[in-house]
Amino acid sequence: MLLPDSQDWSAIWLTLRLATTVTALLLIIGTPIAWWLARTQSRLRGAISALVSLPLVLPPTVLGFYLLLLMGPNGPVGQLTQALGIGLLPFTFAGLVVASTFYSLPFVVQPIQNAIEAIGPRPLEVAATLRASPRDTFWSVVVPLARPGFLTAAVLGFAHTVGEFGVVLMIGGNIPGATRVISVQIYDHVEALEYAQAHWLSAGMVAFSFVVLLLLYSLNPDARRKPA
Amino acid sequence: MSAISLRVQHAFPGFSLDVDLQLPGRGVTVLFGHSGSGKTTLLRCVAGLERAADARIEVNGNCWQEAGRFTPTWQREIGYVFQEASLFPHLDVRGNLAFGMKRATGVVREDEIHAMAARFGIEHLLGRKPDGLSGGERQRVAIARALLTRPRLLLMDEPLSALDSARKQEILPYLERLHDELEIPVLYVTHQMEEAARLADHLVLMAQGRVMASGPLGETLSRLDLPLAQDHDASVVIEAEVAEHDAHWQLTRLRFGGGEIFVSQRALNIGAPVRVRILARDISIALGSDNASSIQNRFASQITGIAPAEDPAQCLIGLQAGGVPLLARITRRAADQLGLAVGQSVWAQVKAVALLD
Repeated sequence: MLLPDSQDWSAIWLTLRLATTVTALLLIIGTPIAWWLARTQSRLRGAISALVSLPLVLPPTVLGFYLLLLMGPNGPVGQLTQALGIGLLPFTFAGLVVASTFYSLPFVVQPIQNAIEAIGPRPLEVAATLRASPRDTFWSVVVPLARPGFLTAAVLGFAHTVGEFGVVLMIGGNIPGATRVISVQIYDHVEALEYAQAHWLSAGMVAFSFVVLLLLYSLNPDARRKPA
Repeated sequence: MSAISLRVQHAFPGFSLDVDLQLPGRGVTVLFGHSGSGKTTLLRCVAGLERAADARIEVNGNCWQEAGRFTPTWQREIGYVFQEASLFPHLDVRGNLAFGMKRATGVVREDEIHAMAARFGIEHLLGRKPDGLSGGERQRVAIARALLTRPRLLLMDEPLSALDSARKQEILPYLERLHDELEIPVLYVTHQMEEAARLADHLVLMAQGRVMASGPLGETLSRLDLPLAQDHDASVVIEAEVAEHDAHWQLTRLRFGGGEIFVSQRALNIGAPVRVRILARDISIALGSDNASSIQNRFASQITGIAPAEDPAQCLIGLQAGGVPLLARITRRAADQLGLAVGQSVWAQVKAVALLD
């Protein structure tokens, strides 16, 4: 029986690092978007909602392709990162983080948006009449009341990032220690007919995903009713 | 003299609010009207929860909105009690009470929280979460929570309307005590005459986003030109004080500007202020005082106005007894036979009196 080798462990470590970074970024970026979508009466609401949800329906290759063009040497983002001295993002860990953030955005925005909509405007009005500033209200009322939504968002964002494949291949390629995540490593094992090692990682992914979803549903009974 | 000055103009979808009001800077002002009359919207404008396009809002020297200036709700020194108690479900009762106090005064003083909780009979609930409380308890917590911010103005939006009548009777005494004890002005929205009769010093009658009348409670209730007088339960409210208990006849004698009223004996202190509500249909009119009658509550009055009632068989008589306005509804036939005319001196006989306490 073959046990996971150092390359497998490196892929696991890289995947966890990527998912953690992306989840943190998504909570920071997704929360204001979710807040705006939940509260606005702007006509742009529909368009922004659709834009945020695009990764749900697009093949990851399409998203990866355009991100590659944007971040490449001739793309506007690429030229900006070069001018700033960061260099080019494709085929780096940072590039993977950017791409994954876009790709998992709807999985984070939607649960938070649902939770904020469920709170309704009244608790915010009550907080204002009790002298809480908008920022104070966010931390002392919105976050505690929407906590199940934030929890769902974090778990789904993390799990979805761990599970992605297409975008990673397009943006990151297959560089050990930098962009070779678990899903790519499994692909390599299968290509090389190393089924035993592919089993180790695949079964690990199945167990991980099951435990994550089990935790999600038992900690947060509401999530069962809400499509993610 | 400090006062409340409200000028609000705003077009909402399907409804426009156009109000210009000067209100007393003390006591309870009741905004009275049917649903859709704009009373709640006006209250929300005063709180800054609604932003009227053109408004000037000044409360006892603090201007919260005028052209080019809008103080957000959280910087206005108000207390607001919503229809539903709207307690924060993630905080216990103590946490709810401390929430506004901490932000308004900078400190949480436990002794003050306990004193306020005792005042509203919720001391034993401090450790409980809101979903374990009854509707009446929740609303008492909400009122205490608002008062702990030491507001300069208390706004109450139909605080009893979400409660059944038993719960209402549980809370009304607390509100009446507030009325007696509070130094700050209160704006109280309701469409229930009983609440207005018990709590109001000043009454504002609203309809379709406009003010139809604004004045002291007794005067406004007795005005013949307002729809209030046409109501089946049209009434006046008289402020009186307890003068004497008559043990022999089991009666309590009340004294007011227009004379004396006897009611069944009640456990009230001599000198205590009380409110008495008299329905217009319970007042009859006599020309002389000499005729013997079982009706013993009778006041020398002067007719100040006569107006047709909605029921063509009846008419409304405005009266004054020692400066206190009264309202009577009698048949047109009786008015004609007695030859009643404005300025005439008559006796108002009161068949039934409701002591509001």
